[in-house]
Amino acid sequence: MEAAQMIDAKGMACPMPIVKTKKAMDKLDSGDVLELRATDQGAKADVAAWSKSTGHELLEQKEEGGVLTFWIKKK
Amino acid sequence: MAVTAWTPAETAAKVMNEEKVFILDVRNEDAFQDWKIESEHFEYLNIPYFDMLDGVEDVVEQLPKDKDILVVCAKVGSSEMVADMLSDEGLDVAYLEGGMKAWSEHLEPVKVGDIPGGALYQFLRLGKGCLSYMAVSNGEAVVIDAVRMTDTFEAFAQKQGAVIKHVLDTHLHADHISGGRMLAENTGASYWLPPKDAGEVTFRYEPLEDEQTIAFGETEVAVHAVYSPGHTIGSTSFIMNQQYLFSGDILFVDSIGRPDLAGKAEDWVADLRNTLYQTYASLSKDLIVLPAHFMNMSEIGDDHTVKAELGELFKKNHGLNMEDEEAFRRTVTENLPPQPNSHEEIRQTNMGKITPEEEKQREMEIGPNRCAVQQ
Repeated sequence: MEAAQMIDAKGMACPMPIVKTKKAMDKLDSGDVLELRATDQGAKADVAAWSKSTGHELLEQKEEGGVLTFWIKKK
Repeated sequence: MAVTAWTPAETAAKVMNEEKVFILDVRNEDAFQDWKIESEHFEYLNIPYFDMLDGVEDVVEQLPKDKDILVVCAKVGSSEMVADMLSDEGLDVAYLEGGMKAWSEHLEPVKVGDIPGGALYQFLRLGKGCLSYMAVSNGEAVVIDAVRMTDTFEAFAQKQGAVIKHVLDTHLHADHISGGRMLAENTGASYWLPPKDAGEVTFRYEPLEDEQTIAFGETEVAVHAVYSPGHTIGSTSFIMNQQYLFSGDILFVDSIGRPDLAGKAEDWVADLRNTLYQTYASLSKDLIVLPAHFMNMSEIGDDHTVKAELGELFKKNHGLNMEDEEAFRRTVTENLPPQPNSHEEIRQTNMGKITPEEEKQREMEIGPNRCAVQQ
C-alpha cells in the first residue's frame, strides 16, 4: 500500500509507537496514509483504539516475523 | 511536583489495608473493562494515554486533591509519561512499577495459621484471584496449586529454611498456568497430579489417588487426598493436619465450582453434586476451607486470608444449599460463561504438550477468572 510516510517504531515500548504516530499524523494532510511498523504486541489493541478515538481510519494491518505493520488514513 | 513509583507489593499493601486510592488507568477501554486493580476502597478513572498526548489540563480537574493517585498502564511506559505530565501540572502522583503485567504476577504471602513444626501460608495473586499454598513443618515444605511465578515459592521456602519436598495440584488447571511442574523440577520435589486429569501429560508425575497420604515434616501434618470430581474428572481435595481442607476449584468461600469443560458439563454435574452434597457433607464441619480462587475482594477477611469454616459454608454458601437437584443442575450447566480460547492453550501448557515463551504465557493468562458459579 502507498503511504505518505513510514514510522519505524520497531523495538520501542508503549507509549512510543503511538506518540511517534500521532506526531507524524499531525503534520500530514487529510486522506494521507501513514505506515507504522512496531514490535510491541500492545500496539495491536492500542492502534485500533487510538484510531477509533481520533477518527483516523485503520485501513489494514499485518503481522510478519514479529513485526506489526499498520496503515492508517488520516481523517 | 514529585512522581513516585509504587511497586506491586506496595500497591498490594494498600489493597489489603483497605486504603483509599484513586486509580487513573491509562490503558485502552477494553483492557480496563476486562480487568483492573480491584479494591472496594479504590476509585477509578479510565482515560487512555493516547487521549492525553495533547495535554492533561482537562484530566487534572477530574482528579481528587485529598487522595493518593496511582497511574496504571499495561507495562509501565505510558503511566510514567502521564505521571510526568500530571507532575508538570503541579500534582503529586505515583505510577505502578511494571504496570498490570507486574500486578498480574504479584503474589502476596499471608500466614493462615500454625501447624505442628511450622506454619501454613496462603499466597494471594490479587491480580488474578488465584490462591496457592505452602505448608512448612520441620524444615520441609509442601506447595499446593503453585502458580507460574515459581521464584516466589522458592525464595519463600529458602527464607523459612525449608526444602520443598512435594508439589501438588488439585486438578489440571485451565484458567492459569501451573507452576507445579517447574517448581518440582527446580527443587527436586515430587510433582503430584490426579491421574484422571493427567491422561495426556507428557511428563512424569506421581499419581494422586483417593486416600493417598503424603508425609512431610511432623507426622500428624500429612496431606490426605480426597477424590472430589466435578470441576474436572480428576479434581482432588486435600486435608492437612485434620484442620484444613484444600478445596481446589470445587468449593469457594462465596460460590461453588462449575464443570470446567462446557462439553462435559452434563456428564460432570452428578459428580459435582455428589462431591459437595455427599463427600464434603460427611467431613468435619470444623475444617477450614482453603480454595484455589477468590472472585471478589470482599472474600478477603480481616486477617488478609481467604478462608471459611466448612460448617459456615454449609449454612451460608448458596451453592451448598440447593435441595432441588434439577435446580442445581441448571445452575452449574446453564449460562456457563464463555471459555476464552486461551483456556485450551493453558490446558495444553499444563499437560506439557506446548511450551510457550514467557511473554506468550503472560498474554494467555490475561483476563478475568471464570471458574465459579455464583447465584
